[in-house]
Amino acid sequence: MTAAEIRTLILAALALGVAALLPLTGSGYWLGLGLNIAMFTVLATSWALFSGPTHYISLATAAFFGLGTYTVGLGFETLPYWSLVALAGILGAVLAALVGLATLRLSGVYFVIFTLGLAELVRQVITWAQNMSGQKGLYVLTDITEDHIYWQLVGLAALVYLVGWLIGRSRLGFALRIIGDDEEVARHSGIDTARAKVLLFMVPGAVAAITGAMLAPRYVYIEPALAFTPMLSFQVVIMALLGGAGRLWGPLVGVIPFAILWETISSTFPNQTMLLLGVSFLVIVYVLPKGFVGLIDTVRRRLSNREGWT
Amino acid sequence: MRSTAPVLSVRGATKRFGGLVAVNAMDFDVTEHQVMGLIGPNGSGKSTTLNLISGALKPTSGTISLRGTPITGLAPQTITHKGIARTFQLVRLLPSMNVRDNVVAGAVFGHRRRWGAEAAAHADALLDRVGLGGKGDMPVGQLTYIDTKRVELARVLAGDPTLLLLDEWLAGLNPTELRIGIDLIRSLRDEGRTIILVEHVMDAIRSLCDRCVVMSSGSKIAEGTPTQVLSDPDVIRAYLGDDDD
Repeated sequence: MTAAEIRTLILAALALGVAALLPLTGSGYWLGLGLNIAMFTVLATSWALFSGPTHYISLATAAFFGLGTYTVGLGFETLPYWSLVALAGILGAVLAALVGLATLRLSGVYFVIFTLGLAELVRQVITWAQNMSGQKGLYVLTDITEDHIYWQLVGLAALVYLVGWLIGRSRLGFALRIIGDDEEVARHSGIDTARAKVLLFMVPGAVAAITGAMLAPRYVYIEPALAFTPMLSFQVVIMALLGGAGRLWGPLVGVIPFAILWETISSTFPNQTMLLLGVSFLVIVYVLPKGFVGLIDTVRRRLSNREGWT
Repeated sequence: MRSTAPVLSVRGATKRFGGLVAVNAMDFDVTEHQVMGLIGPNGSGKSTTLNLISGALKPTSGTISLRGTPITGLAPQTITHKGIARTFQLVRLLPSMNVRDNVVAGAVFGHRRRWGAEAAAHADALLDRVGLGGKGDMPVGQLTYIDTKRVELARVLAGDPTLLLLDEWLAGLNPTELRIGIDLIRSLRDEGRTIILVEHVMDAIRSLCDRCVVMSSGSKIAEGTPTQVLSDPDVIRAYLGDDDD
């Protein structure tokens, strides 16, 4: 490892340590906000692992998230909680592999529409199954507190960063960057593009399902409209793009301001959250096409150029 | 000397797009260390033939074999693994990466595979080889036109292919660059590489090719040494059209 890598590692460990101390403040407001930030950091970072290099915009986060939530909701009375979290991860990866095999051969826009449709499809199926069985929703009654959920999510975030860092240094990560640049060149350079994409798509699938499983106890009562809300998929995309999907730490830079803004707006103007989503989307498209990361890079380059002139 | 088993052998390769027969029952062989020119007027099916060999398109019928093993209709990545590498008619580089990584891309997943420091060293050696020594850290956006072609050539060489397909690699170069380009390909030929060259530049064909296959309207109309085929009346007619009288 180089000196720069060791420094990054130490900084990351310190940041993680500080983040893990949040529940000790004893403030419900800060913990709630921290939980949201941790959840979206995990979702947006893992989303960007796949969608960053390939430029395939996935709107399926809610499908995987809801799958994880329901795994815990249906199984927590019979199986130990930890095994359900692991099971959710496996189910998420399997669903992602199936979706990937069916859609990743198609190009961009078909993939976007299919992933959006997938979340809706799963939601409708579960709603239908519940109506057949006469239930409306599921109670998830555990003794897991918000502190525990928060720590789990921080741990999961650490894992996602580690996996992302390893993928970035691996042949798979390199293959995905080539695919993102030119899929034709990738194929003719010897890359099995379909396999590489499916493999990497399984990562955000598994992570989103695990996140859903971890958050199920927080909701106490879950129903399809909550667990599979398409809003979640859009939030994740907007946050990741706002921060910048080209770097591992990019999504975090988008998640923190967006989550705070979202919290503020939904508590003071609860009906205007869609407006925030729309405005953010316009800002990304017109002002920040490469997110905050791109902005930071531009500013840095200008500064170093100016130094070059003097 | 040239009677050894062919590296590539194409038998009856045909490609139809709906009612249009783009490539019609092509037959030819390429032997070891041979530079074969695939020539013909625009739209005669040269690039399509190349695409059938590289796996970019699947033949409608016919067989293509590499050293006796059929590769007909395999996926491009599989054909690359087996040892055929190609450049593209319009240069295709990876815009987000620097020059070295563009070449490493060809070294990591190709016929012979390298990774890490070995792949980077191999890429740098190839960049020297094609005349881009010391430019490894440059972004590809800052390269001149001929340099982008050199990067692409280095990328396809990086996997140590058995057979090299160059699709109009010399097209669009100015006269000075053209001389450099021809010398570069001649140096590949001198290394004993087996190459199929789709080309329009007559000087290049005359000075580089051992044999030529001439296509017109999707079919082979002549085959032989450059001098033979370029004086063939059918070939002249295909390029210049029939006399009106």
